[in-house]
Amino acid sequence: MSIFNPSLNLFNCYLEALPPDWPGGFWLHLGLFVVIILAFVLAMIMGFIWFERRGIGRFQVRLGPNRVGPFGLLQPVADAIKILIKEDIIPAKGDKWVHWLAPVVAFVPALMIFAVVPFQDGALLADLNIGILYVVAISSVSVVGIFMAGWGSNNKFSLIGAMRTVAQAVSYEIPVVLSIIGVVLIAGSLSMNEIVKAQSIPFILLQPLGFLIYFIGACAEINRTPFDLLEAESEIVAGYHTEYSGMKFALFYLVEYTEVLAVSAIITTLFLGGWRGPVLPPVLWFLIKVVAVFFLIFWVRSTIPRIRVDQLMAFAWKCLLPLALINLFITGIEVVVLPEALPWTIIFLNLAIMAVLIVLWSKFFRLGGGRVEV
Amino acid sequence: MLANYGYIGLLLVVAIFFAVTTLLLPLFLRFIHIVPHKPNPIKSSTYECGMETIGKAWVQFNFRYYFYALMFIALDVLVVFLYPWAVELRKLGLFGFIGMLVFTFIIVVGYIYAWRKKVLEWK
Repeated sequence: MSIFNPSLNLFNCYLEALPPDWPGGFWLHLGLFVVIILAFVLAMIMGFIWFERRGIGRFQVRLGPNRVGPFGLLQPVADAIKILIKEDIIPAKGDKWVHWLAPVVAFVPALMIFAVVPFQDGALLADLNIGILYVVAISSVSVVGIFMAGWGSNNKFSLIGAMRTVAQAVSYEIPVVLSIIGVVLIAGSLSMNEIVKAQSIPFILLQPLGFLIYFIGACAEINRTPFDLLEAESEIVAGYHTEYSGMKFALFYLVEYTEVLAVSAIITTLFLGGWRGPVLPPVLWFLIKVVAVFFLIFWVRSTIPRIRVDQLMAFAWKCLLPLALINLFITGIEVVVLPEALPWTIIFLNLAIMAVLIVLWSKFFRLGGGRVEV
Repeated sequence: MLANYGYIGLLLVVAIFFAVTTLLLPLFLRFIHIVPHKPNPIKSSTYECGMETIGKAWVQFNFRYYFYALMFIALDVLVVFLYPWAVELRKLGLFGFIGMLVFTFIIVVGYIYAWRKKVLEWK
């Protein structure tokens, strides 16, 4: 956390002292926030990699990396140096340019999501009035990069992995987007900063079903473990990055963790009240919530086994999508009919509706055993 | 407001620069002989450590992706209309709500039809 202290101080001074119409403010704002975004992403990813490896080690009753530095803290640095001096192998039969460009195309959109994530009240690179729509639009571009990697490698395992990614991204896009609309309905704005300001109660309480759908759908979109069919080691070697080595492989690894960080930050902003919280400074609250969401994501990873591809598609189209539509219209009714109702009434109503819907769907929709039956 | 899109565009430039620099770094290190570069036909063959690939990987798509893509387009168009509606629902009131319910119902009829026709099965 000490890494953040200098930038934090700068942050507060900047926000308090500098008038917004100061000449040159545009470039100062840009420079400051580009540095903050890059530092935030890289430092958090280093931390996440260490945290996940140690954490999963504990989940699996082993130690995890503990040799490099105190508590193995320098392990990500050692990995980065090692991967930097690896030979870069390009398959002779592959499409060289597509193979080379794929990591760039995958990484750029993943980084650009952070342009609209508020670290504090008003502390974000661009306070777009269509913030969350921008996130939805830009986050699905990474799939193009992953598909390019699978196609450019000219390897059948890579191509199968890449095709699975496309099918998965297309299927889970709809429930994710519909569950975000529930939040937009309550907040009445698409701007990320306005959504945080509207959360006098965190929206996870007002939208419990929406949160669950978003969490599951986002885990599937970024290919975390219960849904990581594109790199299922038992079936298709390493999926789309089978033919990658050296720095290009590192960039794909970085993309995966950048997306996890982005999803954690978006869940924090949409459902957990962003930077809002008592006593502690807002930026610290934001970081605590991001790390908590990340912990939840890798807890799921270490608990649930990978699911089969037909189960994956059936789950998106037959379970998440109808639930997301029902949730959306129930929220719509609440917004139109009971705009002034007590928050606690709506919270209990929504929790009850969520419980009823989940029980109903689990009776009606069975995934266990051999084939899918609906 | 327009300045905000300037920020987005400049962040795009920075992100591309960052990614390309990261990829060019090993090329520079190869130039000063830190990163090895000794390609040979076996090393750069497809899936070097395993079985040899039979035929090409560049083949046509499986047909089932086509149905999912069609379903996706139908529902994604619905979502595009839902976003502005969601922001303005408080002002539109009950009339706007019922209007969108009818619109969604039309799309959902198609969705149920596809479900009944077993399009959503992954075979």
